[in-house]
Amino acid sequence: MWRSLNIDLDPHCNLLNVLGQVYSDIYLKQDNRPEAMEYFDFVLSEVHGLRIRELLEHKARGGFIAGAFCLFIPDELILAAGGLPIGLCGGADLTISKAEEYLPRNICPLIKSSVGFKLAKICPYFESADFLLGETTCDGKKKAWEILNDFVPTRVVQVPHRKDDAGRGVYRAELDRLVKMLEEAGRTKISFDAVKKAIELMNNKRRALARLYETRKCQPSPISGKDALLISQVAFYDDVARFTASVDKLTGELTGRIAQGISPFAKDAPRIMLSGCPSVVPNWKLHHIIESLGAAVVVEEACTGTRYFETLVDESAADLNAQLDALAQRYLSINCSCFTPNHERTEQIIQYAQEYHADGVIYNTLQFCHTYNVEYARVEKALKEAGFPVLKIETDYTAEDAGQIQTRIEAFLERIKP
Amino acid sequence: MPQCMTSIGIDLGSRTAKYVILNQSGLVAFQVMDGGVHPLEKLRRALEKEGIMKAAGRPGIVATGYGRHLARKDLADQTITEIKAFALGAHYLYPDVRMVIDIGGQDTKVIALDGNGSFDNFGINDRCAAGTGRFLEIMAHSFEIDIGQFGAFALTAGGLIKVTSMCTVFAESEVISLLAKGEDPQSIALGVHQSVVERIETMINRLGRRRPILFAGGGALNPCLVKLLEDRLGGNLIVPENPQIIGALGAAVYALKQESGVRSREPEARSQESGESDQWPVISGQ
Ligand code: SF4
Ligand code: SF4
Repeated sequence: MWRSLNIDLDPHCNLLNVLGQVYSDIYLKQDNRPEAMEYFDFVLSEVHGLRIRELLEHKARGGFIAGAFCLFIPDELILAAGGLPIGLCGGADLTISKAEEYLPRNICPLIKSSVGFKLAKICPYFESADFLLGETTCDGKKKAWEILNDFVPTRVVQVPHRKDDAGRGVYRAELDRLVKMLEEAGRTKISFDAVKKAIELMNNKRRALARLYETRKCQPSPISGKDALLISQVAFYDDVARFTASVDKLTGELTGRIAQGISPFAKDAPRIMLSGCPSVVPNWKLHHIIESLGAAVVVEEACTGTRYFETLVDESAADLNAQLDALAQRYLSINCSCFTPNHERTEQIIQYAQEYHADGVIYNTLQFCHTYNVEYARVEKALKEAGFPVLKIETDYTAEDAGQIQTRIEAFLERIKP
Repeated sequence: MPQCMTSIGIDLGSRTAKYVILNQSGLVAFQVMDGGVHPLEKLRRALEKEGIMKAAGRPGIVATGYGRHLARKDLADQTITEIKAFALGAHYLYPDVRMVIDIGGQDTKVIALDGNGSFDNFGINDRCAAGTGRFLEIMAHSFEIDIGQFGAFALTAGGLIKVTSMCTVFAESEVISLLAKGEDPQSIALGVHQSVVERIETMINRLGRRRPILFAGGGALNPCLVKLLEDRLGGNLIVPENPQIIGALGAAVYALKQESGVRSREPEARSQESGESDQWPVISGQ
């Protein structure tokens, strides 16, 4: 299987070993884990096994695989064209030195890591993707697509920077272009029925995640933030229906745990909301540091978190055109820092902090991610006005600043729960 | 309750290790020593000499600093962060203090205090060494001057030559090439100090300036830093007699509180200035 994918075997093997060790240290050693996490452990353990086989089988049946990096690429259209959308990762330090042969050092680790995965040929997802779908959400990515296009066909969807009528028009027109492109890739017409089915499938997944997150509002939360993060990460590449069912099963178990008062956390553990940049697989760094200090991460305002599922696509559209309108409507409601002005995001952060009873907010930004980093100033001000202590952590995927970060977070916890 | 309540605070910094022994009537003993390779061993031996052993019935030991988790294993009962420790230590000596600057070996921090000895905000330099004690040490080295004399040396400058690089490595080469050009060493040394002070001023402004400000850590032993900071902040800084032990003192205060719920003693020297605050609402507890 690996040969057919043209994977570089030695580094790949190395990657799996490192990942396995880190995973067992960070995940399997947690106390009081829900039983239904077994499924997600299994998916992760098979991340480079069964799931890849499924993708290859899909391709053998004439389907295609589209890799993407961002929430603004609508999975519904890929599915409707007979493709499988895969959220590609870029959360490992391992591939960064490779990427730095091409890219400047001072660019965000997410971009470097993902470009590095391609250059090093060690990610079977990257290698099984027929093409990539990029977007224009930040300058770093915008230019990185041009480089990636030399290695794998990369098409770019233009995401506007303003949510006004002109911006909506741009995005809506891009969806038309995307439809054409996907129809070619899938050698099929995208039909009303196929889109309808895909919208329902994706909405169900979002509903399942929303129900799961609901349980985290309880005090204490019945599930660790690390586990919840893992689920958000798995959401990007697992089979949609199977994933949805597994999340529902977990939520059922959690409801029982709430009734019995079972939780991985102490009753009075400080409740932390994380806000900011996505933490893509296998970036578990901040969650792990925070929870190792005895605090509970109860919600992530991030793409690997609420942003992924918070709004649904209107299911009532009567024709394909209206479906595309509905998709555009939903996708442009995502509160990403790439927009200006962007009060919606700030308001939402406050709302989440309240709903999830956060004792404090940790604002997580990747180094050199200008949009999230700069937006911090406004978010910080709003949170303080709303009475929430906030701490900003800017970091990358290396371990070198772990001690520093630990001190900051420890001090932050001392401050919110003296 | 034990009859004689004594507590110990230890601060394992990146360059030095300190301990403070405290009881309800005040400071009993303290020491600052070079960290060396086995700072924990050194501390243990020093404490043994003071008659303090890790044994049943021993007084509470709280560790802080960079190496606090190391100490937790076999020397200390609990740990607190440097930030909390400096806040407690500063408040213990000067209850009025609303801001603490600490220039230590590896980090520089600014802590904003509320009226109750707790902090409500803080800033630390990020991973690079700019603005830290280490930065000054490396610069002093380029002048072949002992770090203990570096501040006094800079104070004799006739003028000021700016050092523009933020990065320690680049600043070092900048200094070396200025020296090679024959520029006045004292004026360059003043520029080096100035750049550290500018960084700290930014950190202070970010949190919102409050007064009075206490200057702690090894950096407070440097008269040039004290003077430049006072000039820029437009007022007197409180520099405690032993600025390096504020962290260990805070840890000891915490340990004592844990054991007895003791209240901080009244200060001998109250600062003259009022607790002015620019942006930050000061929680009025007293
Ligand atoms: S943060 Fe914004 S740009 Fe980045 S992946 Fe999420 S939605 Fe896309
Ligand atoms: S984290 Fe920020 S800089 Fe990096 S890809 Fe996402 S938006 Fe761009």
